[in-house]
Amino acid sequence: MNFLRFAVRRLLEMAVTLLGASFVVFGAMYLAPGNPASFLLGGRSASPAALEAIEKQYHLDDPFIVQYWRWLGNIAHGDFGRSLEYRTDVSDLLSSRLPTTLLLVGMALVIVVALGLALGWLSAVRGGAVDSGILVGTTFAVGTPSFVAAILLQGFFAVELGWFPSSGSGSGDGLGAMLWHLTLPAIALALYLVGLLARVTRSAMLEALEGEHVTVARSRGVPERHIISRHVFRNALGAVLTTAGLIVSTLMVCTVLVESAFSVGGIGQLLELASTTKDFPTVQAICLIIIGLFMTVNLIVDLLLPLVDPRIKLGTRAAS
Amino acid sequence: MTMTLVRRPGLAKVRTKRAPLYVASLVFAGVVVLLALLAPWIQPYDPNIADLGNALAPPSGDHLFGVDAAGRDTFSRLVAGARTSLLGPLGVVVFSTVLGAAVGVAAGWRGGWLDSVLSRGSELTLAFPGLLLAILIVSVYGEGLLAPVVALSVAYFPYVSRLTRSLVLAERARPYVAAYQVQGHSGLQICVRHVVPNIAPVVLAQSTVNFGYALIDLAGLSFLGLGVPALTPDWGRMVFDGKSAIQSGYPLSAIIPCLAIVLTVVAFNVVGERWADKVAGRTR
Amino acid sequence: MTTLDIRGLRLRLPGAARPVLDGVDLSVDASETVALVGESGSGKSLTSRTVLRLLPKGAATEGRVEVAGDDVLTMNAKQLRKLRTQTAAMVFQDPRAAINPLRRIGDFLTESARLNKLMTAAEADTRAVELLDAVGLSADLMRRYPGQLSGGMLQRVMIAAALMGDPRLLLADEPTTALDVTSQAEVVTLLADLRERFGTGLLFVTHDLGLAAAISDRVYVMYAGRIVETGPSESIFARPRHPYTRALLASTPSLDTPQGRLTAIDGQPPDLRQELHGCPFAPRCPLATEVCTTEAPQSTSAPGEPAHTAACHHADRLAREAADV
Repeated sequence: MNFLRFAVRRLLEMAVTLLGASFVVFGAMYLAPGNPASFLLGGRSASPAALEAIEKQYHLDDPFIVQYWRWLGNIAHGDFGRSLEYRTDVSDLLSSRLPTTLLLVGMALVIVVALGLALGWLSAVRGGAVDSGILVGTTFAVGTPSFVAAILLQGFFAVELGWFPSSGSGSGDGLGAMLWHLTLPAIALALYLVGLLARVTRSAMLEALEGEHVTVARSRGVPERHIISRHVFRNALGAVLTTAGLIVSTLMVCTVLVESAFSVGGIGQLLELASTTKDFPTVQAICLIIIGLFMTVNLIVDLLLPLVDPRIKLGTRAAS
Repeated sequence: MTMTLVRRPGLAKVRTKRAPLYVASLVFAGVVVLLALLAPWIQPYDPNIADLGNALAPPSGDHLFGVDAAGRDTFSRLVAGARTSLLGPLGVVVFSTVLGAAVGVAAGWRGGWLDSVLSRGSELTLAFPGLLLAILIVSVYGEGLLAPVVALSVAYFPYVSRLTRSLVLAERARPYVAAYQVQGHSGLQICVRHVVPNIAPVVLAQSTVNFGYALIDLAGLSFLGLGVPALTPDWGRMVFDGKSAIQSGYPLSAIIPCLAIVLTVVAFNVVGERWADKVAGRTR
Repeated sequence: MTTLDIRGLRLRLPGAARPVLDGVDLSVDASETVALVGESGSGKSLTSRTVLRLLPKGAATEGRVEVAGDDVLTMNAKQLRKLRTQTAAMVFQDPRAAINPLRRIGDFLTESARLNKLMTAAEADTRAVELLDAVGLSADLMRRYPGQLSGGMLQRVMIAAALMGDPRLLLADEPTTALDVTSQAEVVTLLADLRERFGTGLLFVTHDLGLAAAISDRVYVMYAGRIVETGPSESIFARPRHPYTRALLASTPSLDTPQGRLTAIDGQPPDLRQELHGCPFAPRCPLATEVCTTEAPQSTSAPGEPAHTAACHHADRLAREAADV
C-alpha cells in the first residue's frame, strides 16, 4: 500500500473515532438529571436573557441529532460556544490559556523524554545495582499520582526551601519567569511518565540485547558504545515511539491536577474551574482538544513507524 | 493511566530477585485493607469532629499524625479515609472486570460482529483517558462517588476485555477445547467450566494492577474537589483540604495522605505484577 | 605458523558440573579447510566462538587459543579488536537473525571498518561493493534492507562482511543450516572458492559429517566437549576409529548407498549437570566394556597414520571390524 493511501485511510479512521468521541462529549449533557436548559444554566440565575441565549446557542427545541450536527458544524468553524461562567467565547478563553499549558506540557515532555530514555538505557546496559535502583525508583514514580508529586514538590522546594515560586505561571513577566514558575509543575507532571518510559525503554532494550545481531556486531569488533546506540537503542526505538500518544494525552489530562495544585492559569486549571462550576461548553471544548491531540499524535506515530522500523509495513500496528 | 500487563515493560528482576519488596507490598496491602475494615474501632477520634483551638497541632501522643487546619485528627481521618479510598477503586475493578471479562470472552469465543464492535469501541475509549471521562461525567452529575466509579469502569473495561479476548483466542486454539467439542460439550459449557477458570488468574492479576490506577484517578478527582462530598474522609480529599496549609508551612496534614496513596498504589502494583509473572511462568 | 592453534582448551560455566569444553586440541593451517563435527550441545559452536572470545557470561577458560601466533584468551581490548576486525571473522548460522533488520546492507558491511577507523566511508563502500561482487551479488543491494533479501542472499552478504577485514581465518558456524537446499550448496561452493582465492584458513562447524568430509581437508569429531576423533577426511570417512563417528556416519543419508538403512543414535548426550567418569560416550556405545565406564580413553594414532587419532579403548577393534565389512 502506498503512503498516501495509507495516510488518507488513517485520517478517515481518525475522523470516525473523533466523531464518536464528540458524540459522547455532546450526548453526556443529556445524562444530566432535569432538562438540559436548567443543567446548562448550572444553578445560575435564569434571567430571561440567559435562557434565551442558551436556547439560541443549543437550539434545544430541535431534535437531538440536529442539535448535535449544528454543534459539530460550529466547532468545525472554531466556535466552541459561549462560556456561561466567564460570559465570553470559549475559544477566546482557550486561546488565552493555551500557550501557558503548551509551555508546561512541552517542558514536562522534555523531562520525560530525556530522563525516561536515559534511565531506561542505564538500567538495561548497566544491570546490577544500577538496574535494581532504577527499577525501585520507577516503581515509585509510576505509583505517584501527579498531584501528590505536585504537593510534595511544592511543600519542599517552594515553601520549605523557597527555591521556586509556589504558585502562578509567571506569565506577563517574560519567558524566563515562566520557565522558573513552571519548573516544579513540569517535574510533577513528568514524574509518572518518566517511570513509564524508563520501563518501556528498559524492556525494549533488553529484548534487543538478546538479539544474535548484537553478538555478530561484537564478533566484528564494533565498539560497545556503538553497539548499544546502533543496534540496541535503535532497535528499541519503535516500541518507545508507540507510547508517544499515551504520553502526550496523559500529560494534557494531568495538567488539570498540576495546574490546580500550583494555581497555574492554563487549560488544566480552566477544566477544573469549568467542571466545578458546571460550565459545560468549556468542559466539552477541552475534552475534544485533548482527544484530538491524542489522536493526532497517534496518527503521526503511525506514519513515522515504518521509517523507524522498515519491518513494519504501513498500518500493521493495530494488533499491538 | 492504565498500563496493560500483556506487554509488561517490567519489573521482572525486582519481582523475582527482590522478593522482600513483594512481601513488604503484600503485608502493606493487607494492613491497609484491615485498617479500612476495622476503621470504626481503630480511629481514636471521630474523623469529622473539628477542634479548631487545636488546629494544625504537630504530632503528639494524643494525635499521632497531628491535626489538620480544621482541627480534625489526621490519623482518624486517614483510617476512616482508607474505606472510601479503597471502596472506589474496588468498585471500578469489580465493574470493569465483570463487564470486561464478559465482553472479552464473548468477543473472543464468538468473533464476528461482536468482535468488531468491541475493537471499534475500545479504540474510542482508549482515546478517552479515564480521568477525563470521569471529569466529563462528574461535571454533568455533580460530585459524588458513584458517577466517577461508573465513568472509570467504562474507561477501564476495554483494557480488561482486550486482554481477556486475546487470552480466550489463545485458549480456544488449544487441543483440549476441540476434544471437548468432539465429545459434544456445548460452547457455553466449555467456556464456563474450562476456559474462564484457565484465564482468570491473568485477568485478576491485571485487575489488581488496575486497582492501583483507579485509586490514583479517584484520588485525583477528590483532590480537584470533584470526587467524594466535602466532609467525607478520603485520602485525595485530605490532600485537597491540606493544600492551603502547605502554603503557610504546615505540610503534614497533606503529606500523610500523599504517602498513604503512593504506598498503597505501589503495593498493589508490585503484588499484581508479581502475580502476573507467576501466572505467565506457569502457563508458558 | 598455523593460523589457528588450540591447545588444551578447557571452559567452565557456572552451574555446570563438568567443563563444557574439556581439553580441546585443534589446529587450522593457512589455506586449509577443517571441519568440526558434532551433535548440538557437543560444544562445537562454543569452540568456534571462543576463537573470537565470544564467551558466555561467567565462563572461565584454561589453555591456549592462538590465532596467527597470539593467544586470544589473554589479549587486551585493543588486541582483541584487531583480532576481530582484521585477523579472524565468523559467518553465523542464521543470517536473518545475525544482521540487524533495521539497518541497510551497506551499513552492515561497512560498519566495523568505518567505526574502527580502518577505512574512510568511501573506501569501505568501495571494498563492500567489490566483495558483494565476489559473492555474486550486485552493488545496488547496498541500499536495501535485510527484509528485502532471501536467506541465501543474506548469507552471501554475511560472508562478504566476514571478508571485509581480509582475515587470515574464517570461522563458519553451521552456515548452511538455516538455508534451503539449493542455497546450501551455493554457500558451500562459495566458501570453498573464496578460501582458495583469498588464502584464508577455514574452520567449518557442522553437524553433518558427510558435508564435512566432502569439503574439508581434515575433520575433528566432538562429543561432550571433547575431541573424540580427528584425521584426514578420507580416512575418517573410510575407517572411523571411534564408535561415535561410526554412528554419525550411519545416521547420515548418502546418495552412494541408497539401500543402506539410516540408524539414529540411541540415548542422549550426557547432562551438563552431571560429572563424567570414563568415556563420555560409554552409555550410548554398543562396544562399551567395563574399562569404558571407569577410565577415560586417551587419544591414540592409527597404525601407520599418525594424523588419524581417536580417543577410544576399542579403536583398533573398530578399525578391524570396518576392514572386515
